[in-house]
Amino acid sequence: MVIDQTKMASLAKATSREDVVGRSLWADARRRFFRNRAALLGLGLLIFVVAFALFGNLIAAWNNSDIDYNVMGDAAASAPSIADGHYFGADTLGRDLFARTVQGTQISLLVGVIGSLIAVIVGTVYGAVSGYFGGRIDGFMMRLVDILLAIPYMFVLILLLVIYGRSIGMLFVGVGLISWLEMSRIVRGQTLTLKNREYVEAARAIGVPALTIIRRHILPNLVGVVVVFATLLVPLMILTESFISFLGLGVQEPQTSLGALISEGAGTMSYGTLWQLAFPLFFFIITLFGFYFVGDGLRDALDPKER
Amino acid sequence: MIVYILKRLATAIPTLLALVIASYLLMHIAPGSPFSSERGIPPEVLANLNAKYGLDQPLWKQITTYLWNVAVHFDFGPSFVYKDRSVNDIIAQGFPVTLTYGALSFIAAVLVGVTLGVTAAIKRNSWLDYLAVGVSIGAQVLPNFVMAPILMLVFTLTLHWLPGGGWSFSDPRFWIMPVIALSTSYMASIARITRSSMLEVLGSNHIRTARAKGLPNRKIIIRHALKPALLPVISYLGPAFVSMITGSVIIDVYFTTGGIGKSFVDSALNRDYAVMMGVTILLGTLTILFNLVVDIIYGWIDPKIRY
Amino acid sequence: MALLDVKDLNVRFATQEGEVHAVNGVSFALEKGEALGIVGESGSGKSQLAFSILGLLAANGRASGSITFDGGEILNLPEAQLNKIRADRIAMVFQDPMTALNPYMRISDQMAETLIQHKGVSKRDAVAQAVEMLDAVKIPDAKNRVRLFPHEFSGGMRQRVMIAMALLCKPDVLIADEPTTALDVTVQAQIMDLLGELRRDLGMATVLITHDLGVVAGFCERAIVMYGGQVMEQSEIDPLFAQPTHPYTKGLLAALPRLDADSTMIPIRGNPPNMTGAPTGCPFCPRCDFVEDICATHMPPLISFAEGRARACHRVIEEVAA
Repeated sequence: MVIDQTKMASLAKATSREDVVGRSLWADARRRFFRNRAALLGLGLLIFVVAFALFGNLIAAWNNSDIDYNVMGDAAASAPSIADGHYFGADTLGRDLFARTVQGTQISLLVGVIGSLIAVIVGTVYGAVSGYFGGRIDGFMMRLVDILLAIPYMFVLILLLVIYGRSIGMLFVGVGLISWLEMSRIVRGQTLTLKNREYVEAARAIGVPALTIIRRHILPNLVGVVVVFATLLVPLMILTESFISFLGLGVQEPQTSLGALISEGAGTMSYGTLWQLAFPLFFFIITLFGFYFVGDGLRDALDPKER
Repeated sequence: MIVYILKRLATAIPTLLALVIASYLLMHIAPGSPFSSERGIPPEVLANLNAKYGLDQPLWKQITTYLWNVAVHFDFGPSFVYKDRSVNDIIAQGFPVTLTYGALSFIAAVLVGVTLGVTAAIKRNSWLDYLAVGVSIGAQVLPNFVMAPILMLVFTLTLHWLPGGGWSFSDPRFWIMPVIALSTSYMASIARITRSSMLEVLGSNHIRTARAKGLPNRKIIIRHALKPALLPVISYLGPAFVSMITGSVIIDVYFTTGGIGKSFVDSALNRDYAVMMGVTILLGTLTILFNLVVDIIYGWIDPKIRY
Repeated sequence: MALLDVKDLNVRFATQEGEVHAVNGVSFALEKGEALGIVGESGSGKSQLAFSILGLLAANGRASGSITFDGGEILNLPEAQLNKIRADRIAMVFQDPMTALNPYMRISDQMAETLIQHKGVSKRDAVAQAVEMLDAVKIPDAKNRVRLFPHEFSGGMRQRVMIAMALLCKPDVLIADEPTTALDVTVQAQIMDLLGELRRDLGMATVLITHDLGVVAGFCERAIVMYGGQVMEQSEIDPLFAQPTHPYTKGLLAALPRLDADSTMIPIRGNPPNMTGAPTGCPFCPRCDFVEDICATHMPPLISFAEGRARACHRVIEEVAA
């Protein structure tokens, strides 16, 4: 469940070759992406999951916080049923599992996307600055990354959550701040290659400020790597969030996430209420598959050498 | 080689220091005293408590004392919650359990993963390859907290073959589910990485040279292909180790194995900073030492890095 | 009978974009002790031709036709039988010594394993023979340097190691695939001199594959000019240079830098052909100055027109050679 660094490095190389003209690279990539069946399946799954998260509440018969006293505490009565509007059944407290799953999917997607964004932005900026300035700054900044990489971040994240309260905001930031390290390494390597290109040297020679060069010449070349990395990072973020929520340290009631729902379902399955595990797990798995397939597909589309 | 090892050590020690200081600082700047949650404590008692745990000292003194105790006496101090137990007691109780199933899982993941990946690459496009690829893609979305309930459902609740929790050093039936739950996703990742790097190596020029020498296939794989194909796997072992240590928390909580992870979650919920820090530092140290070993193995295989 | 006889060889690769026809109906013969040059630009199929002789094509490649060596068919032999020929009877030197040597093994181990495999000698004897061979390719201090890794050698030295490795079993045929392309110009000459010397000493037949007509001129007795996976012209060296009979050969010669006054280098216009799909007509016709309508639809056969000379072109010799 870690992004394959060798493949990312190869992608980085492929997307910054000098002979690749920007437009045709993306046009070719689009063509290859849409010919890749796994990637299309992934895209389909993602569209389904996002639609479920956005519009699921429109077809839900219950609100996610309402308690149906008719089924509360009754394992048999809370089974999935079209008749009483609990399409996915109800949880132990008698809340509608369909609405809860919609809510959990929303939160999980949100954590995944925002966490991934934070990681990508921090990682890209850090890596580009480190690579561009080079020398001692680079040495120091990369040593810092080495040090941080060796820390079991999940424990530190839990430490943070305990100390500063288990808020969703903290979760977003915490989850994002632990994954930028690898991104920064890749971006740094890329920047090192790019900054020796003639057009960058030319820009430097006529006195264009460093930050403008980074923004105008370095970052656009990084788009491919960044997009693929971000896509592959989302499922990792969702996994991390679910992990913490599974332990009861993440998203707190009345809010929920897929991880928290899986945790509840796993806790009650010995009473025969299997649907409480099955439905959240299903959405969890197809979300992960969706992001993995799309991310892999994008990477293969941009770096076709693999096949 | 010795210079190389010394260089790696020179990074490992500041990393450890940084880890200890950072976790101490995090705890120190947390809002409120560790005891503030115990409501209705008179100020004199609070002052006494702070004095007992050394929290009335200036910060630099607290940190140096803590560092000294940890580094020289391996003493993590008293627990903030359990009046009669030290952090060392708590760790000594759970650590052997975690170490046992953790080591088993790690070995299983590496052995099975590498074998699967190599076989899949050699027999490319055979049913075995498809099976290996299918299993490893599937297992990617089955992290430990999903595997654990599924295993429990199948082997304990349905088949009644294995005990649903607990731990015994003498009865391997208690080990099976923790090891499978913890190792599956890493096994899958290792298999995937091995397969793709093996395929890449098998297509490389020096393998063609080896074939031109008239060596039999078996020799080519073992003597020429295996070492370079394993390099990406070896780099993955570091992150995998960290992530497995983290995963042990789930195992301890879900299978009540009594390992160190349970103490960590309990201390997180109780705000027992002393235990949290002790566990974080211990596992961080393990991680750093492990990365050192990984680096040395890498240098041993790749002669270009060694000097 | 020729030592190595290639007849109607075809090499195809199955790729995402379609079937690539890398080599199309190539035939040639190599006599004992002879030095044959195979000339063509990159993508002309010359390397794949060489790989198919030893069964070294990539997994998606298929070769058909016939290759006989020392009287026996060797094309598409089972691996176990090919392994007896590889390195022992037919050896190969590859283009890029940087990647063709195993970067993770000491030179001693890489060289010794060939001898252990084919001659059944002990490791100690194998290393001793390897040192001798390194001496023969003029690597200074071979005794100590045999323990080094490839990255500890310079490019030229690495190619010497590669050559020494290929010669360990004193093969009957040496196939050298662009042995000097990855090297500096000064080193190129040294390596070619070394190869020539060793060839004479060992009496090996040699196939030299190169894009450089100049290298062929100094080394080979005969040459085959390939384009788009097909043979364009085949000739002894001297007449080939004195009077090229194919427009492509002519173009190659004109593109060669010369030292004599007021002749300029004239590049061949256009780009190498796309090899996807079955060829129709002459592959060179889009770039040919002598093109006719028939060229686009019909591949001219390779026809012998003088002792030891053959050409594949619709135009008559006098028009082209003029």
